Amino acid sequence: MASQSEVIDRLRATFRSGVTFPEPFRMTQLQNLLSLVEENEQLIQDALHKDLHKPKFESVLSEIQITLNDLYFAMENLRTWMQPEYNIGKNLATRMDDCFIRREPLGVVLIIGAWNYPLHLILLPLVAAIAAGNCAILKPSEICQATEQLLAELIPKYLSQDCYAVLCGGAEDTKSLLKNKFDHIFYTGSQVVARSILLAAAPHLTPVTLELGGKSPCFIYGHIDIHKAAKRLCWSKFFNTGQSCVAPDYVLCTTQTRDALLPALRETLRTFYGPDPGASLDMGRIVTPRHWRRLMDMLEKSKGKVVIGGESREEDRYIAPTVLVDVQESDALMQEEIFGPILPILTIESLEEGIDYINRQEKPLALYVFSDETSVVTTVLNNTSSGGFCGNDGIVHMALPGLPFGGVGASGMGSYHGRWGFETFSHRRGCMNRSWLLERVNVLRYPPYSDYNLGWLRWATTFKKNSWGGCSVM
Amino acid sequence: MEMQVVQRARENFLAGRSRPLEFRVQQLKSLQRMITDRQGEIATALKQDINRSQYDTPLLELIGLENEISLAVSKLAQWAAPRPVEKSLLTISDQVYIQPEPLGVVLIIGAWNYPWALTLQPLVGAIAAGNAAVVKPSELSEYSASLLKALLPRYLDQELYPVVCGGVSETQELLRQRFDHIFYTGNSTVGKVVMEAAARHLTPVTLELGGKSPCYIDKDVDLRVACRRITWGKFVNCGQTCIAPDYILCEPSLQNRVVEGIRQTLLEFYGPDPKSSPDYGRIINQRHFNRVMALLDGYTAALGGQSDSSQRYIAPTVVKDVPPHARLMQEEIFGPLLPIVTVSDIDDAIHFINEREKPLALYVFSSIKKVIKRMLAETTSGGVTVNDVMMHYTLNSLPFGGVGQSGTGRYHGKHSFDQFSHHRACLVKSLGMERVNMPRYPPQNHQKARRVRLAMRTPLVDFSKGTYIWAVTASIVALGLLVALTVILILAAGVSCTCW
Repeated sequence: MASQSEVIDRLRATFRSGVTFPEPFRMTQLQNLLSLVEENEQLIQDALHKDLHKPKFESVLSEIQITLNDLYFAMENLRTWMQPEYNIGKNLATRMDDCFIRREPLGVVLIIGAWNYPLHLILLPLVAAIAAGNCAILKPSEICQATEQLLAELIPKYLSQDCYAVLCGGAEDTKSLLKNKFDHIFYTGSQVVARSILLAAAPHLTPVTLELGGKSPCFIYGHIDIHKAAKRLCWSKFFNTGQSCVAPDYVLCTTQTRDALLPALRETLRTFYGPDPGASLDMGRIVTPRHWRRLMDMLEKSKGKVVIGGESREEDRYIAPTVLVDVQESDALMQEEIFGPILPILTIESLEEGIDYINRQEKPLALYVFSDETSVVTTVLNNTSSGGFCGNDGIVHMALPGLPFGGVGASGMGSYHGRWGFETFSHRRGCMNRSWLLERVNVLRYPPYSDYNLGWLRWATTFKKNSWGGCSVM
Repeated sequence: MEMQVVQRARENFLAGRSRPLEFRVQQLKSLQRMITDRQGEIATALKQDINRSQYDTPLLELIGLENEISLAVSKLAQWAAPRPVEKSLLTISDQVYIQPEPLGVVLIIGAWNYPWALTLQPLVGAIAAGNAAVVKPSELSEYSASLLKALLPRYLDQELYPVVCGGVSETQELLRQRFDHIFYTGNSTVGKVVMEAAARHLTPVTLELGGKSPCYIDKDVDLRVACRRITWGKFVNCGQTCIAPDYILCEPSLQNRVVEGIRQTLLEFYGPDPKSSPDYGRIINQRHFNRVMALLDGYTAALGGQSDSSQRYIAPTVVKDVPPHARLMQEEIFGPLLPIVTVSDIDDAIHFINEREKPLALYVFSSIKKVIKRMLAETTSGGVTVNDVMMHYTLNSLPFGGVGQSGTGRYHGKHSFDQFSHHRACLVKSLGMERVNMPRYPPQNHQKARRVRLAMRTPLVDFSKGTYIWAVTASIVALGLLVALTVILILAAGVSCTCW
């Protein structure tokens, strides 16, 4: 069994050989990854069900299909992404020169996965890393053991073992892994661990992408079709049993809206899961007893009133879709990201009050507004910040490969999905290929200096409005 | 004290004062005025700090800065506007775009070698992106730092863009505060400290560091021109430029001609005695003077080598046949010493470069396309200039930044704006088209699953080459058929025509 540093050294040597650079190689690996997912769908679903009691529908939609989509997107666009960017504004002085931006691989990158979407949260960054020409070490979450084992078994079977490796282990193993130097670290998970990752990266000056979380607020305000809103809200909240980094964490609405919302929520939940969600095949479970305990503690400590759900079962880590009202800012449920099927509703008198509340908290990963009124959506957008935003729906904004997916402030740094992932794992190298001609113009910049030369140079290089770019010929 | 400054900047940012586009433009124009009005004072301060010649100042710092400001003012509305993106079948009727947003309060730590450009150019990006910014100029260029502290509040909003001066302890105090982004220009040792401090608050950083920027000279180049360009880049600002060519790599047969080329150029530029040339600079302080001189220990200069500690003067110096393990080759020189390391050929040169940390800049002089292509493809660096030095810095449509040990992040032009912005992904749907959404809700079944899978696929339209060719061919065939049909109809209608 090779040690961590042996694996890293091997990958580094492979990277140095340049084998991951050419487009055909990257395409082949992406194609192989595609086959990995397509040929093992059943095994993947079984593993996810074992780890998270994930309904097949959710596994297919939010783990398999999203990965396949990103792969198709990457393969279709790889050539374009790899092209040097020539459409660079030039100016008088550089008119004769070749100026372009190359996208270059970084080297050996480390991708640390999370447990809530154990497949796509590690494979989507891998797609980007491969597309960008890097070698990669994957460290799946040890909490989802079946998925971890499956990845450890399948990745070496389908992908080049010299370029991509899976290293399994717990917190101690991750700590020792982080002592090594990487060319980029991609981490999905919690803020606490994120800090220690940044601290580990600093001595090596390793750039880091952090996909964290936070409490994603959900406004329901103004004129709205409450039934449709309730449906979309329920779907986004209780998908994966609320264990999504972009799940709407809590609702902000007026008392009137709340009173209209509650029956709509009840009706929706009944339609979705039947009278007993615990018996529905479409309802998931909490990942581990420890996480279940954490959620139950929050629920028990909460001073809000449970109006829907509240049932739970320790033996299979079940918590019913639960809604609470009369929840205050100081409540136990409002101190940290919930990450479970518990939905507190906070009542506000005005949109401004809600916006003020949100701005007093850390910047969330996602922010949602349900409203028919454009002014409401615009006001919230303009007066808040968040990683991403979705109006009149939840979660789905992250399924679009054209949109960058990432946080801001405490919810993370950097982004990925689609081309954004490719850029994350690339270095943008600015290149200027100067012509040998025009040396007579160059003479203006050399000593011995004179006012005369400076005058001409200033004239030639001062940015003129409506020209493409500025240049200061030094 | 630092805490209060940051606090006030944050309060002003939260009040929304830095966000309106008109405000940002007004501040940028004011900054422009400051540079134009105070050029003389800035030049004087630089002369006192680093013996910068009066011509070098506009050339190396101010013109570039003015260009950045003009570009930002002219393009701001475009940069700050929502940027639409590709949609999928499921989102066809929705608004999908990326909205650039300010980050909040950023910290800009400047450097001493180009104290105005390297402190104010990031500030242009920060202001343009709508942030508040705490500016910490380098204390090593003390006259420039004091001048900046005196001038900036007179032209820019004092609460939003305060200047904090001081040394290590003030910087450390600043780094204890929470910022939404930290932009640091300097060396990698302090870079690591900055990153560590930022880690505590999960603050993203941009680090513009340095390294040993190699300069490869191929045989068959016009050595006269090459040496002139290299000499200029190396000895301007007395070698204290992060993208100065640090060392030369060339074949042994070229070495003497390179030295001769540089010698002739030095004569043209600074005359026989560079010490008395008004255009030749000095080392910033005694500590750096000693550091640079120590690198020369044990080596005989092929050119130059003279020094005067009282003036912190080091002559433009070239050293031949430098072994790779020499001290000269272990750290960034950042001074007017130019080692020449011989390599057997391009393979050797590439190997040499790749064995070392990724540099901030890479230079290759060659008239052979293949050589240039290989250099670019088989090495990496922050940026590249081919057949010249440093010029890639001057085009603000190129991203300027390092990679690996030479830094993280990039700026200049629009890249500055983007670096200081959060790119917020926005999807605004309508509550209509709910039928499209129905398949995704529980209770689930096979048909629903299939429908959702189909709808999730992107792109909307297949733009691949194959489809394009098919589309064009099909259109031509269809058009041909249409023409044929028309002709037949006309003939059938008995209309005479003298076309054929």
